Amino acid sequence: MPLNKEQIARRIARELRDGYYVNLGIGIPTLVANYIPEGCDVVLQSENGLLGMGPFPFEGEADPDLINAGKQTITTLPGSAFFDSAMSFGMIRSGRVDLTVLGAMEVADNGDIANWKIPKKMVKGMGGAMDLVAAAKNIIVAMQHTNPKGESKLLPQCTLPLTGVGCIKKVVTDLGVFDITPNGFRCIEYAPGVTIDEIKAKTAGRLVIADDVKEMDI
Amino acid sequence: MNKVVSGADEAVKDIPSGATLLLGGFGLCGIPENCIAALVRSGVDNLTCISNNAGVDDFGIGLMLQKRQVKKMISSYVGENAEFERQMLTGELEVELVPQGTLATRCMASGYGMPAVYVLAGYGTEVAEGKEVRNFDGKNYILEHAFKSDFAIVKAWKGDTMGNLIFKETARNFNPMMAMAGKITIAEVEELVEPGELDPNYVHVPGIYVNRIFQGTDYEKRIEQLTVRKKA
Repeated sequence: MPLNKEQIARRIARELRDGYYVNLGIGIPTLVANYIPEGCDVVLQSENGLLGMGPFPFEGEADPDLINAGKQTITTLPGSAFFDSAMSFGMIRSGRVDLTVLGAMEVADNGDIANWKIPKKMVKGMGGAMDLVAAAKNIIVAMQHTNPKGESKLLPQCTLPLTGVGCIKKVVTDLGVFDITPNGFRCIEYAPGVTIDEIKAKTAGRLVIADDVKEMDI
Repeated sequence: MNKVVSGADEAVKDIPSGATLLLGGFGLCGIPENCIAALVRSGVDNLTCISNNAGVDDFGIGLMLQKRQVKKMISSYVGENAEFERQMLTGELEVELVPQGTLATRCMASGYGMPAVYVLAGYGTEVAEGKEVRNFDGKNYILEHAFKSDFAIVKAWKGDTMGNLIFKETARNFNPMMAMAGKITIAEVEELVEPGELDPNYVHVPGIYVNRIFQGTDYEKRIEQLTVRKKA
C-alpha cells in the first residue's frame, strides 16, 4: 500500500535531529510537526516572523496577531522569539535553518525543483519557497510520486518553471524514500507492499536502487 | 517634535494617483486597515502597491482592487483573491512576483541606504532573467535593487508622538523594513502614547523613519485561517 499523507509526514519526521531549526511548508510538511520523535528537541521557524511555533490555539483563544506562514492561527512556546521578515530571511539565507521540508509539483534527478507556477494557469506566487530552497542546508521534498494523471513527478528534468536549481537532497513520496545523488534518484526505502517494479515504472528520472534497500518500517 | 496627524484621511490626503506605495502586513495580519480604508475613500488610482500579499476580495488591498485603484502589484504571493485573479488574467492589473525574502531585503536595502543587494533566491529561475549575476565563493547570486517608493504605510501596536514604533507578535512582519524604506512613512497604531511612555529598549523602529503617526480606530483584525484545537 502506498503511504498516506500522515505516513509520509511520519517518515520525514525521522530525519529530524535534536537541536534542529526546521521550516515546514504548507500541506504534508505541516503534518511533520505532529510526529517529532520523543526526546528530539526541534525549533520550528515560521518565515513570517516566529521561532518556536507552538500548536494551534484552543477554541476561543485565537489571536489575530499570531499566525504562521500558512496564515493559520498558532501559539508560541517558552523560548519563542518574534522578528521581522528581513531578519527571518536573513536567518534562512545565512544557513541557520537546518532543515526545510516542502511540497513540489516536480523534482528532477539533479535536485532541481518546480513548485510555484503552471503556465497558463493563475499564478499565486512563490512566497518564500525560492528563498528557502536557495539557502537551506538540507531540503526534503514531501509529495505524491505521480500527479493526478498518473504521470511521474520524479523527472529527468523539470518541465515547469523552476523554483530552485540542484538544491533538493531527499524526496519522500507515497512509494518510497529517494536520495538525490550524482547518479539520479537513489531508492533507499520502499513503502510496505510497494514493489521495486512499481517504483521503476513510476519514476521517469534516472533511478538506482540501493544495494541495501529495505521496506520502510512505518 | 510632533508627528501626529488627526487620522487616516489626513495622513493619506497628499498621496496622488500614480504613486508607489509600500504597504505592511502578511496576509491580513498587521495591515494598515485605517489607511487602506482612507485610500479607498480618497479615490486615488493608478497606484503601484508593494506588499507581500494583495488581501482578500473584501478586505485589505482587495478593497482597493475592487475600486480599480491599483495599476501594478508587486508581491510574493497573491492567492485567495478572485477579483485579483480576474484583473490579472484580463491584463487590467500588472503583477510582478518577487521571492518573499527578496521582497523584504529590497525594502531593507532602501531603509539602510544601499542601492542593491546580491541574493541567492531565484538564481537559475525566471526571476533571474535580465539580472546581473555574480559569483561569490563558488555560488551564483543575482543583483536585486532597493525599492524606490513615494510612501510607506505601516501598522504598529504602539507608537509615540515622536514616531517610535513597537509591533506585536507576527503582526511585525514587513512593517519595520517598509517603515524604514518610505520616502514619506505613515504609521497607524493601536495605541498612541506620549514620549517617555515607551521603554526605549523595546522600540523596534525609531521615530526618525516615521513622518506621520495616528491612533487608528475600529480594528477588525480579520483572521484568514482560523485554526483551533479542542481542550482535552
